[in-house]
Amino acid sequence: MQRIEGSDHGPVKLFTLSTCVWCKKTKELLKEMDVGYEYVDVDLLEGEERERTMQALRAVNPHCSFPSLVVNGQCIVGYQEAKIREVLQRP
Amino acid sequence: MKADESREGIEALLSKLAADATSSGYFLNPDAAFTRDLAAGLAANLRRYGYPSCPCRLASGEIDKDRDIVCPCDYRDPDLADYGACYCALYVSEAAAKDPGRIAPVPERRDAGQSSQPPQPLNPPPAAGRQPAARSGASYPVWRCRVCGYLCARENPPEVCPICKVKKDRFERFGGLVPAVP
Repeated sequence: MQRIEGSDHGPVKLFTLSTCVWCKKTKELLKEMDVGYEYVDVDLLEGEERERTMQALRAVNPHCSFPSLVVNGQCIVGYQEAKIREVLQRP
Repeated sequence: MKADESREGIEALLSKLAADATSSGYFLNPDAAFTRDLAAGLAANLRRYGYPSCPCRLASGEIDKDRDIVCPCDYRDPDLADYGACYCALYVSEAAAKDPGRIAPVPERRDAGQSSQPPQPLNPPPAAGRQPAARSGASYPVWRCRVCGYLCARENPPEVCPICKVKKDRFERFGGLVPAVP
């Protein structure tokens, strides 16, 4: 997992592919919103590390599709801008 | 096709995609930067795997497991029909090409376990009690182009006849259902 610095919204994890344009848009949105998060480009992983990461992804999104954004245990699948903004709104 | 991830290579791939799309009645996403990024993803996958698999899906690297997601993927046309865009939104419907604001995330249609199940061969040997996979066991209606006679077996007729370019409304149902696996 790579750490991107930003304001604290609790644990925010993003599963992505390095080639996926919707994943890129999600990263840009989080940056624009100044959200601190961790991400992993699953296509760049190999072997056991990839399998372990996919298991973690499968647990929150059985379709294992990208991007998958996990905020407080809730998984937002795909670049759903309005939903991402809503979930990460400051309390 | 060979992998060329230089700026010129990506532009050349993009031109080829656009030409192929136009000649067969498809539309690329009008957002040039977005579409260029997708072309770069296709070029990266071509380099890594030897085939241009979908940039928005995780490929296994084994063609027998990934064949359904080699671009254009098996799911493009049903997604165009249902959502106005393919899963990546590289290909969009004519309506979405004119009004890109309507392009929204497309849910994954591919089976979650698909990547671990090689697709059925076209003519598998008969096996007693074999249960065909859901996707391969589906039956499809046959559609006939009333203009040129082109036939295809799929859920819906194509937006544009790939042979004579007339629109979808010129197709008619032809005969009964055709099982995908004989």
